[in-house]
Amino acid sequence: MKKWFEPLSTAWVGVVTHKLRSFLTILGIVIGVGAVITLMSVGKGAQAQILSNIQSMGSNLITISPGAFTSGGVRTAAGATRTLTIEDAEAIAEQVPYISAVAPSYSSSLQLVVGGKNTNSQVTGVNLEYMQVHNLEIANGAFFSDYDYQSGAKVAVLGTNVKETLFVDADPIGQQMRMGSIIVRVIGVLESKGAGFGSPDDAILIPLTAMQQTVAQPRTAQGGRIVSSIALTVSDEKQSDYVVEQITSLLRTRHQLTPNAGDDFRIQSMEEIASTLTQATGTMTLLLGAIAAISLLVGGIGVMNIMLVSVLERTREIGIRKALGARERDIWIQFLIEAAFLTLAGGIIGVVVGWVVSYIISSMGLMTTLVTADIVILAVSVSVGIGLFFGFYPAWNASRLNPIEALRSE
Amino acid sequence: MIRLQDITKVYPMGKRELTVLGGVNLHIEKGELVAIMGPSGSGKTTLLNLIGCLDKPTSGSYYLEDREVSRLSRGELARVRGQKVGFVFQTFNLLPRLSALANVELGLRYSGGGDSRRALEALAWVGLSDRANHRPTELSGGEQQRVAIARALVKKPPLILADEPTGNLDSRSGEEIISILTSLHAEQGITLLVVTHDTNIARHCQRIIHLKDGQVEAEEKI
Repeated sequence: MKKWFEPLSTAWVGVVTHKLRSFLTILGIVIGVGAVITLMSVGKGAQAQILSNIQSMGSNLITISPGAFTSGGVRTAAGATRTLTIEDAEAIAEQVPYISAVAPSYSSSLQLVVGGKNTNSQVTGVNLEYMQVHNLEIANGAFFSDYDYQSGAKVAVLGTNVKETLFVDADPIGQQMRMGSIIVRVIGVLESKGAGFGSPDDAILIPLTAMQQTVAQPRTAQGGRIVSSIALTVSDEKQSDYVVEQITSLLRTRHQLTPNAGDDFRIQSMEEIASTLTQATGTMTLLLGAIAAISLLVGGIGVMNIMLVSVLERTREIGIRKALGARERDIWIQFLIEAAFLTLAGGIIGVVVGWVVSYIISSMGLMTTLVTADIVILAVSVSVGIGLFFGFYPAWNASRLNPIEALRSE
Repeated sequence: MIRLQDITKVYPMGKRELTVLGGVNLHIEKGELVAIMGPSGSGKTTLLNLIGCLDKPTSGSYYLEDREVSRLSRGELARVRGQKVGFVFQTFNLLPRLSALANVELGLRYSGGGDSRRALEALAWVGLSDRANHRPTELSGGEQQRVAIARALVKKPPLILADEPTGNLDSRSGEEIISILTSLHAEQGITLLVVTHDTNIARHCQRIIHLKDGQVEAEEKI
């Protein structure tokens, strides 16, 4: 106990005696740790936001989009082909198990006219299950009914952004708008999900059946009605992989692909999208942390510099301690503890500074930040590690001093 | 207590060698009070450093309490210093940032420990109980040397080595230090070796060893 206490109290006396010097020494560590905490919190915040967006879209979602396919050695760009059809969606719903809902959709850019406003917007034709598949709620009015769908009724449901752009504060329910060559009646407004990845706030939904009458929906050579994508939800998340497998083999059969041809569609589960996105933000977080870590390294070199000066200044003290019976190990441990003490103090102050800065960033609404325990623990232990690493050489220097010469020094 | 046989100490000085001690034979009994005198450069301090295990001889044997210590490793020598030897220096060598009491406690730190009660006893013994919390800079030279003596004796070593203990003091403080050192010897039975120019100290010793050019020139018993 005493063995550890004495070096610590000596270190404390040293810090108090050289207040300004100690402050400047640990400033590098404070800035380094503060930067690591702040930048990592920004990265983690972005990651958390993306994950929560994805969760709000439903983690059991699987989307199928038309993919690149190779024809006669020529590979077409993904999405350029039109290979998915409503018939595909129906076949999936009928033949693949563990599926709770299937929503094929067809998107097209159409001209919208409301009163004097004239805009070009992406309109999506959907079926009744679209709401369930994408976890959407109606905020105002109603979604179209089965009868509307069957009869191809000219009705539309708007996302909140679209509603605000076209109708501002007016109640849009029952209002009419021109969409391409037809007139549709607004019957509902979607609940807002907030800005973010794949937000429904910009959506304009009409029955897929109405879409087919509005724009000449293209057909495949076999007469299938082409859709832009098929979204579906699985009833049991654990079966996602199995479902993807089943859909793949079903679609390959339906599209009459030869065994050595590539898929002409792409299946993505939400899990896959989530992992891709978190991987990207994780890399970004790591990069930010690495940049900040460089300033920690510079701070460590500053600590080493001061420790070398301190050893030089205290040569006589080292001589005295050796005359009193201190072994090399005792001196070595003492200076290591002093260095680690300095950087630990710097690390703790740095955590507080980083925390405050990231709080300010998020409260100013610049970015979402998230300070997690693992970052704090990592930053503090890294700063202690820096003290030990950069204190090693000065401490070793001190321990190797010849006691007679050390006692003679001024 | 101390037995030196043919001790030499040679320092390399560039290409030449400087012989500081050239075959010293010395025998000091337990409980003796011995003065080492001689002109500057006669090797007094080097001899004291060897006896205090701060340094190793170039050749020869050194037995401390019948243990050959001249071939020990640096770490083992440090242990011997911590347990067997107390030093008193001409320049006091107190740590300026620590209180008198903390300086005395430092004497216990590398010798297996002990508590501040023992340090207070040692301070009381040199008559400085009321100065325990003063820094060295707040003490007179004589008081600083008394703190240094307390630091040397706090671990109750069998041997105390003093290098010109009165060299930096006025004659009145010097007298005080001499009387403390002699009573240390008389009351605690500690073997005491004093390097000095001061004939005043030498008068109180039982034996004076005269050193010249790295050799024992003469011994006189008092």
